[in-house]
Amino acid sequence: MIYMNMVTPPPDLATITALQSKLVSALRPILPEHALLWEPEDTIPYECDGLAAYRKMPLAVALPETEGQVAQILKICFDLEIPVVPRGSGTGLSGGAMPISQGLVLSLAKLKKIISIDPFTRTAVVQPGVRNLAISEAVAHLGLYYAPDPSSQIACSIGGNVNENSGGVHCLKYGLTLHNVLKVRGVLMNGNIVEFGSLAPDTPGLDLLAIIMGSEGMLAVVTEVTVKLIAKPKLARVILASFDDIEKGANAVAAIIAAGIIPAGLEMMDKATTRAVEEFVHAGYDLDAQAILLCESDGTPEEVAEEIERMTQVLEQSGASCIQISKDETERLKFWSGRKNAFPAAGRIAADYYCMDGTIPRRHIATLLKRIQAMEKKYKLGCLNVFHAGDGNMHPLILFNGADPDEWHRAEEFGTEILEACVELGGTITGEHGVGIEKINSMCIQFGEGERESFWGVKSAFDPKHLLNPDKGIPTLNRCAEYGRMRISGGKLAHPELERF
Amino acid sequence: MSNSNQSIHAFREQILNAAQNKTSLSIEGGGTKSWYGNLNHFEKLHTSSYSGILEYQPEELVITACAGTPLKEIQTALADKNQVLAFEPPHFGEAATFGGVLAAGLAGPSRISAGSLRDFVLGVRIMDGKGQDLAFGGKVIKNVAGYDVSRLLPGSLGTLSLLLEASVKVLPKPAATISLRCNISQARALLLLNEWAGQPLPLSASGWIGNANQDGELTIRLEGAIAAVKTAIPLMGASINMEELDPHLALKFWNDLREQELSSFNNLTADETLYRLALPAACGPLNIPKANGEMVLEWHGQQRWVKAPGDEATFALIKQIASSNGGHATRFRQGVNVDPLNQRFTLLTEQAHSIALEAVQARLRSAFDPAGVFVTSRLP
Repeated sequence: MIYMNMVTPPPDLATITALQSKLVSALRPILPEHALLWEPEDTIPYECDGLAAYRKMPLAVALPETEGQVAQILKICFDLEIPVVPRGSGTGLSGGAMPISQGLVLSLAKLKKIISIDPFTRTAVVQPGVRNLAISEAVAHLGLYYAPDPSSQIACSIGGNVNENSGGVHCLKYGLTLHNVLKVRGVLMNGNIVEFGSLAPDTPGLDLLAIIMGSEGMLAVVTEVTVKLIAKPKLARVILASFDDIEKGANAVAAIIAAGIIPAGLEMMDKATTRAVEEFVHAGYDLDAQAILLCESDGTPEEVAEEIERMTQVLEQSGASCIQISKDETERLKFWSGRKNAFPAAGRIAADYYCMDGTIPRRHIATLLKRIQAMEKKYKLGCLNVFHAGDGNMHPLILFNGADPDEWHRAEEFGTEILEACVELGGTITGEHGVGIEKINSMCIQFGEGERESFWGVKSAFDPKHLLNPDKGIPTLNRCAEYGRMRISGGKLAHPELERF
Repeated sequence: MSNSNQSIHAFREQILNAAQNKTSLSIEGGGTKSWYGNLNHFEKLHTSSYSGILEYQPEELVITACAGTPLKEIQTALADKNQVLAFEPPHFGEAATFGGVLAAGLAGPSRISAGSLRDFVLGVRIMDGKGQDLAFGGKVIKNVAGYDVSRLLPGSLGTLSLLLEASVKVLPKPAATISLRCNISQARALLLLNEWAGQPLPLSASGWIGNANQDGELTIRLEGAIAAVKTAIPLMGASINMEELDPHLALKFWNDLREQELSSFNNLTADETLYRLALPAACGPLNIPKANGEMVLEWHGQQRWVKAPGDEATFALIKQIASSNGGHATRFRQGVNVDPLNQRFTLLTEQAHSIALEAVQARLRSAFDPAGVFVTSRLP
């Protein structure tokens, strides 16, 4: 049995070369020439995903064009006992698609067809490489859309979304990937093709679709996804509210929910973020505000008018210092532009930034923000706070200069302390970016030995030989023991041009 | 030792004893759904002593409670704060518990619009077959740390682990509710319901009751913001004339539908079985041979109830009909003369695309329960 995520010495070059030629000669007969890469100049684009700090060169990269090829590749690797790392668009932020040096990268990028769209049953069947936004674009003429909208939706694929259980800014009202996918077809590591879920509302046996969601490519390789489409709301409007105190802003979030309103979006930014993005996008934000809230309502014009009025009342009662309501779609998008561009804006004011993804119960938002302020002093690093306030998912962006090893070290410590605070406040280390390779040590904090052992039990149920993305997600007992002594140093985020979070 | 610690201690003892004696335990809450699933005569593990709401803060939209907590207690606490369990679980009896509802995994009339029971589960505390006290998931909506074990428990009928506590998402009670009714054929009802579901209308539930090839009674429920419900009525009225139901009658209807207390459900003869068919939205009217009396269609046709003889041949035929339409069938309730030992469910091995999952499922169960303490065959 292979436990890849133990700390093992790197294999020597001769071993790697021998393994590579064994793998390549086994895969060549089943794949067209252009679908199998092993020369370093061809495989280097695959050495990392959206978290560029963690890199490794794989033995080879396979780009199958059919489900049958996926199944054959997996069967061959199963027999050769060569680990496989599945990869979608490579936009993931936790290193979940980082290669294994003695393994194969299995890219699903060529499986990118929308197979069918059925407006009557409000479903679409798509291959895993189809981009998230492409689904909504393909069904827009039918008055339908696919609800989960991770900020990287222009590039990220639906296969990746299933594996991360991606959310987005509208998931408070419309749910996560889990709530919007009916069926996943996939291939087990042994090459068996199976279906999880169904077009019917439930399936016989245990609910295995639920465990596939967010499984980070460790249980099965997704080859087809049936998504639920929903009717596009006729109208959306957003309120931009300023607060002169972070606590008041945080309390306003709780007050909106307590009033029985589920906004379509409920986002918060602190002063440092507001200033950074305003300079970048000129959205008209209040630069004196300590916190800014964006509250969106969608539905029929009558429904939106009613909800906007109720939310405005709550925000006023919560002590908002200024309230602006979008007059039209142009203004709505302008109000959102700052929030959606927090990342590139952070890139303008600092050499590097390290993005956290913890989630906490809403009532602790102000507590955590105050703690982060104290950490800024402790680690002598700045931090921009943007978050999905409606669901308590925080994205602190720690600013540092990667050229200074001590700053990166402090940024890592800062990040770890934030995640520990999230766990302590009753939350979790990752709301939507996944554990991948990046947060594998923090899993030792959030879960005890019994839970981690159960996770390995789940892993073994699907993949008894531990060959599918085996070094991600779940730390081994050994690894948790080593935690604290091990430090992986790294750097920057790939695809800085993408909107994120 | 506090009462709750005593309960946990007793659960562990009973589980470890069963493991040692190589026997199994049948978990029971209020016993209101003991007829559901395959029959077994194993010793009971009673959860009712482990009861109580542990945490409920309405602005967090989450409630955490012990498995033995009466469902009524939870719904009363939520109602006080104008919130609800949006998946509308059936009680099937006064004594229904929170844990029993989760283990059964059944949802009520709002299933298609609000989501399934498992969609609302955020975290669980369980005891596995080794007596380990484990926590998965949490109390927040977004959480992707580790495999989502908490959502494997709903619908597992106690065959994976003992559920100790769960945190579920709750929602505000809709501001407005209106129910409408008309007489219409099954085919036309299925067509209209799917068309409506594809439009931005606040359609929250539907029920069609009638004989297969005749007109039946379609009742629909609209729920949401006051303005949304008001504007929807004329829009839907453009397709068909519908009569608005008195709010008290409407409440009783949805309640009786959810609890299967309508006459169409409760006059099962001794040799009959009430079959449940779970089907894709695309499935039109089905001709079920030997079906007796009225059919009930819920969830815009995706959940159908039909009474027919309880013998193996009839079940095989109904399973085949469901399967060839992309769904599956269950023997939900059985008349007194029907063999209580028969298999109530469609098996993974009976569907081509899930054959390979049988081994996965068996390994999953043994990971949580190596000695088979919870392997009661209640759910195959």
